[in-house]
Amino acid sequence: MATTAPAIPGRAPDERLHQIWETKPGLLGILGTVDHKEIGRRYLVTSFLFLIAGGLEAVVMRLQLTRSDLRLLQPEQYNQLFTMHGVTMIFWYAAPVLSGFSNFLWPLLIGARDMAFPRLNAYSYWTFLLSGIFLYSSALVGQVPDGGWFAYVPLTRDAFSPGLNMDFYALGLVFLTISTTAGAINFIVTLFKLRAPGMSINRIPLFMWGTLTNSFSVLFALPALTVACVMLYLDRGVGTRFFDPGGGGHPLLWQHLFWIFGHPWVYIIVLPAMGIVSHALPTFCRRPLVGYTTVALATVTTGILGFGVWVHHMFATGLPPLATSFFSAASFAITIPSAIAVFAWIATIWTGRPVVRTPFLFMVGFIVLFVIGGVSGVATAAAAFDQQLTDTYFVVAHIHYVLIGINLFPVVAGIYYWFPKITGRMMSERLGRWNFWTMFLGFNLGFFPMHIAGLLGMPRRIYTYPAGLGWDTVNLITTIGSFVFAAGVLLLVINVIYSRRRGLPAGPNPWDAYSLEWATSSPPPPYNFAVIPTVGSRHPLWEERLDEGGRSILSEGPALDEKGEKETVESSPLDSRLTDVLRMPEDTYYPFLHALAVMLTFYGLLLRSHRVAGVGLLLVALLTAGWLWPARRELREEE
Amino acid sequence: MTVATAAAQLRRLEYPRARSPGFWGMMLLIATEGALFAYLLFSYFYLGSMAAGPWPPDGPPSLRLVLPNTLLLLASSGTMYWAEAGVKRGAVGRLRIGLVATALLGLVFLSVQGVEYSNKPFTPATSAYASLFYVITGFHGAHVAVGVLMMATIAIRAFLGHFGRNRHDAVTNVAWYWHFVDVVWLCVFSSLYVAPYLG
Repeated sequence: MATTAPAIPGRAPDERLHQIWETKPGLLGILGTVDHKEIGRRYLVTSFLFLIAGGLEAVVMRLQLTRSDLRLLQPEQYNQLFTMHGVTMIFWYAAPVLSGFSNFLWPLLIGARDMAFPRLNAYSYWTFLLSGIFLYSSALVGQVPDGGWFAYVPLTRDAFSPGLNMDFYALGLVFLTISTTAGAINFIVTLFKLRAPGMSINRIPLFMWGTLTNSFSVLFALPALTVACVMLYLDRGVGTRFFDPGGGGHPLLWQHLFWIFGHPWVYIIVLPAMGIVSHALPTFCRRPLVGYTTVALATVTTGILGFGVWVHHMFATGLPPLATSFFSAASFAITIPSAIAVFAWIATIWTGRPVVRTPFLFMVGFIVLFVIGGVSGVATAAAAFDQQLTDTYFVVAHIHYVLIGINLFPVVAGIYYWFPKITGRMMSERLGRWNFWTMFLGFNLGFFPMHIAGLLGMPRRIYTYPAGLGWDTVNLITTIGSFVFAAGVLLLVINVIYSRRRGLPAGPNPWDAYSLEWATSSPPPPYNFAVIPTVGSRHPLWEERLDEGGRSILSEGPALDEKGEKETVESSPLDSRLTDVLRMPEDTYYPFLHALAVMLTFYGLLLRSHRVAGVGLLLVALLTAGWLWPARRELREEE
Repeated sequence: MTVATAAAQLRRLEYPRARSPGFWGMMLLIATEGALFAYLLFSYFYLGSMAAGPWPPDGPPSLRLVLPNTLLLLASSGTMYWAEAGVKRGAVGRLRIGLVATALLGLVFLSVQGVEYSNKPFTPATSAYASLFYVITGFHGAHVAVGVLMMATIAIRAFLGHFGRNRHDAVTNVAWYWHFVDVVWLCVFSSLYVAPYLG
């Protein structure tokens, strides 16, 4: 494919633009860069480190469960491991890795030079990193969170969970919401305001519909988590009675708030991943996706319905039958838009001319796992059946089919797909095949038997089990499978490290793909595009063969280099007409320092030190004012 | 007209033709903060609906301080509006007076809130109702405090001459935030203070 790719129209590398946009070397470049591509790369690498940390935690747990009556771990250690495994994977890997892709790609997909708020973008990254360090610093004082990733009260209130363990959890999550919320706002505003002329809303790549829906869900779902965690922190530290039945509180309040957040969060971490597949699958099927509009609407519908199904996590809590019936029905309804997407992918493969490369394999693997995870989801959505399944390994199997199948497999597909764009080199195809089959077979070997363990009655979160219950064989198979799967992830890491140095040069468009990120060199120059393109269709690089009517102009347009300052275009939200030229900020230490001050504040809250928290807040206020204070240059313009 | 000349023309525009990205960012911040208060009020009504005894436990709260305080906060939205309308017409003096007045009204609101706190016979640890009362009004109070800080910052900038007829995005954003904090207060006020008298 690489040899047949047409030459990309566009101007030669632009020295002047390069000077304006490049991140300067040195400390300012490291701590102060606002380049979305650098931030995106850091996001990807950091979230993958969290994936590895969470994966190692899982592997240790699997060793402990290999057969009955093992005593490799103390029960307390096991509690800490499953809590940190869940929290790390769900919060510090699954969503941030998608933010990593979105950060790197967002401006490239829409023909812009950076995000709408580049400094806020840097801030998202720093708060993500520092909140993760905050969480893991609990290991330094030996008080690691141990109440499970959904931290049910009353177990997690101070009476049963003394020590700082669950304070690290509650405060760490609130800290992380700052990062996620800032990122969501940035994605939405960038999408609606910074698209290249002509890229009307019905021409944006489907990946963007996924992240757009995800971002709106973040804005409306995350506050429930914030409220829940603040209440938990106050109940534990200040003696409030939110979850204390003795004082008029109610433990189910925690469950309601947590799952009102928690179920939309499932879609937050899968919709952009599904978007990766909708975006990249057409490239390998050599045709546009079947049903662009339907899939886009299904994405948005899923995001909205995701807010109406939270009680299916609480079927076993004794809620009135009317409530369980309603939420059971809503949970069935949400399968419809998912099925629409699945059929669109299958139809695209069916009617296309598939080119089987590693990203394609991972996408097909994803579709298979999505269907299995969807069916086990329907099983748990049936309120009566769920009474039997809840808190067993069946649910553990379901969540892993969903999160690994619908998040990790598309993410790995995305890594193979965009690695050439990010680094300028191809990943090894040969190693890629091994990588796919090891992960796919290892995953199914490891996680499918968990369904059976669950149906045999094995509860989740037990650190060991006695012999004679018939659980030994399935657990042994699960442990073997999880090690094969872990070896598959290791192959991915090896491939990335190897190909980073030794991979074949990629060229601008190695897959002969259709969207704008392939219309610039690999890796892209700091300014992304030498001129702001004008977009005429959904597939700007396939126009000659598709004949969709529109014609994009990629080689001519405003260069925006006359003033010697960072600039990009602003356009109208829906039909993307040019409305203004925006000046973009330079590299700055403020986001990093601000994130540090927030971290200091959270440590103050953790230690219940008014002084430390107060100093932190004061620094936050001063740094905010300094950050937003206009540069002298901006003030001159007013006159 | 080619894109290049369109961009060149745009540079000469005296007025921004669209809402700035900063405005959009503020709207989304308001949306997520609005959701935060919605979940706080959800918690209030949820625990109220689950309560075994009367809700609130000690009967409806007194309106003696809070009613005038509510009117005062509403008035501060008026002064904010007056200030913003002023700067849009180039009346920088009006902007300065309006910002200072709004910030002062915000401070008075917080002080009255403090007096109300000290009058309450309960602490946050007394009951779930008390916890909700302090946390909901406390979250709102924190938003007022942040608004006062924002107001103080742009007031300083107004005295330094940063704003004019064509340049007041920051004022507009702060104004929207302030009005939002007011609307949230009306929701909190109706839920915590008025609703108990109706039921």
